[in-house]
Amino acid sequence: MKDINIMIVGVGGQGSLLASKLLGKIFAENGYDVKVSEVHGMSQRGGSVVTYVRCGDKVYSPIVAKGEADFIVSFEKLEAARYTECLKKGGRIVVNSQQIDPMPVITGAAEYPENVLDELREKGVSVDEIDALSLALEAGSAKCVNIVLMGRLSDYFDFSEKQWLDAIEDTVAPKFVEMNKKAFALGRG
Amino acid sequence: MKKMMLGNEAAARGLYEAGCAVVSSYPGTPSTEITEYAAKYDEIYCEWAPNEKVATEVAFGASLAGARSACCMKHVGLNVAADPLFTLSYTGVNGGMVICVADDPGMHSSQNEQDSRHYAAAAKVPMLEPSDSVEAKEFIKIAFDLSERFDTPVLFRTCTRIAHCQCAVEMEERVEHPAKEYVKNPQKFIMAPANAIRRHPLVEKRTEALREYAETSPLNRCETVPSSKLGIITSGTCYEYVKEVFGDTVSVLKLGVVNPLPVKLIRDFAAKCERVVVIEELDPVIEEHCKVIGVEVEGKNLFPMVGEFSQALIAKALGLPDKEYVAAPENLPVRPPVMCAGCPHRGLFYVLAKNKYTVLGDIGCYTLGSAAPLGAIDSVLCMGASVSGIHGFNKALGEKSENKTVCVIGDSTFMHSGMTGLANVAYNGTNSTVIILDNSITGMTGHQQNPTTGYNIKGDPATKIDLEALCHALGINRVRVVDPYDIKATEAAVKEETAVPEPSVIISRRPCALLKYVRHRGPIKVDTDKCRTCRACMRIGCPAISIKDGKAAIDATLCTGCGVCSQLCAFGAIGGEN
Repeated sequence: MKDINIMIVGVGGQGSLLASKLLGKIFAENGYDVKVSEVHGMSQRGGSVVTYVRCGDKVYSPIVAKGEADFIVSFEKLEAARYTECLKKGGRIVVNSQQIDPMPVITGAAEYPENVLDELREKGVSVDEIDALSLALEAGSAKCVNIVLMGRLSDYFDFSEKQWLDAIEDTVAPKFVEMNKKAFALGRG
Repeated sequence: MKKMMLGNEAAARGLYEAGCAVVSSYPGTPSTEITEYAAKYDEIYCEWAPNEKVATEVAFGASLAGARSACCMKHVGLNVAADPLFTLSYTGVNGGMVICVADDPGMHSSQNEQDSRHYAAAAKVPMLEPSDSVEAKEFIKIAFDLSERFDTPVLFRTCTRIAHCQCAVEMEERVEHPAKEYVKNPQKFIMAPANAIRRHPLVEKRTEALREYAETSPLNRCETVPSSKLGIITSGTCYEYVKEVFGDTVSVLKLGVVNPLPVKLIRDFAAKCERVVVIEELDPVIEEHCKVIGVEVEGKNLFPMVGEFSQALIAKALGLPDKEYVAAPENLPVRPPVMCAGCPHRGLFYVLAKNKYTVLGDIGCYTLGSAAPLGAIDSVLCMGASVSGIHGFNKALGEKSENKTVCVIGDSTFMHSGMTGLANVAYNGTNSTVIILDNSITGMTGHQQNPTTGYNIKGDPATKIDLEALCHALGINRVRVVDPYDIKATEAAVKEETAVPEPSVIISRRPCALLKYVRHRGPIKVDTDKCRTCRACMRIGCPAISIKDGKAAIDATLCTGCGVCSQLCAFGAIGGEN
């Protein structure tokens, strides 16, 4: 079984924990040994957050280090750039094209790097950009950005759509299941 | 059946399976979810105590009565619980007792990165350290057995990467341990000098017995590779990093009992290796032990004392090449955590910053009031230090500081250890102004109830401590309540209370904007024709407000309609609701 390392990065409060739970579940159900590492607390208050999902025959370390990620799923453009060095050679960044200004940008102490994804492409990084916010709103709520991105990520794996949808059903609160299934379908190619 | 579990959830499952009956804790990242998950089992009585000392003493009481008990806390919580811990070592237990402590290397959510292993050595109690969720569950159960077998409380140590990492854990049935008989035993449980003098030698004997246990315990495991010249001694999450780097190619001594440390086991392991390296995060506890027992090892000459490790860090330190990677673009703006949109603390911090008060701060979400652009806090030390600290500050400077200095402390932190400081303010008399930020919840750790919220850990109604009455009872005559969404009223209250020549308390009261029951007014709109780009609204550091196309803009998905920004706009540009 091939080792697969996925990082989910974004802004605290965007729902990365739910996405990592979903990923952990689907890989575990398909026979992988899985570790999912999260950080709670201070960083959840609008700060930069990172979650690691590691899958393989036998996984030891709970974290993904420099040059090890097969995928970085980023809920925000700047955050995709921040963790670039964790990407494996030939790895891929799946990124929501949304821009969320961090406080130093809001206060004028720093500038948001407008063309940051182009900069990554110029470095030879594979960038799969998707307007997850618009699709999430189409599904019913900006809160579904995480599941839209899971939909896009699902294109890179062989698990059936039904498996993903079942995992969503088991992971999200019952009253949000339909909305999230729609979000997933919109993200999936 | 296997289930994906956080280390904390697995530890809670361990408490359940071990027949633990009573758990008392104070929340603290990364330990909080142990108690939250334990509370889901009806068989375990769980509670949030006002602080870790109380929690540990509750667990002691339950153990004395004969039940299996536990308490959970973060590393700095063990400082608060150190008083009962050191003497619990002498009394020992009746029912098994486990103290769970979670360290935070890298300080993801803490004010320091102290190493809890020192407490185990100093208090002379055993400490177990798992390296993943599977071991977390298993070690908790073993900890109870050791506690009863060796008549000692047992420390169970995790860190962020174990507490908050999920992996698949096999669930087993609960084994009931009915409470042991309680028999009065003053020589064992009354730690007056005459008894304590007789208990101390027993503690020393117990340590030797525990060391014997550590020599052969299955928790201390030699993974010997005969062809390997390199031997690594490690424990906890570092073991996982080591295995990630080397797989089964080097000899590893994995220690699950990290106090007391074995002697013969380490000597025998080292004798089979040409080079022995100790890999441990934070302090060189194992390394120094090796040196004391005459085993030549490397350790902190290669590895840092600070921060978290990773497989990459270990590989590099041992001379292996970096994996190929693409450098991140340079000079990316940082994204520090911020106070949420609608946070009730914002209005108060705006008032304090605007009037240039010196502010002694405390531990909680409101520590974020120190960040730009508010920059409203001067010091943050530990739980409760704001209230004690302002008294000292004002004693040192007297009238020069009393009318321009305040302290801020949350409702939960006040109950934890602000009350005693306030009694001191009243008793020893400074004209200090203490501001209690009452957001009706323990916020930063993820919304735990506390004695001022009116609910217990299960969400059932509980006695609600009346903060105003409490402050009066602690000797403060001037106690007033303000709504921090009302800037004018808040400013007036702070100015009046700092001016009066007596101690005072302001309770800044408004529930956390993230609480589910809180109803928001809905996003506020900017009239761009009226906006003159004076940036007054930008001074409050609200993540919902920015300047777009030269005018103030409010992100409708974030804005809660708290209205603080509209009170700052001199041109009436902010205020119309959508």
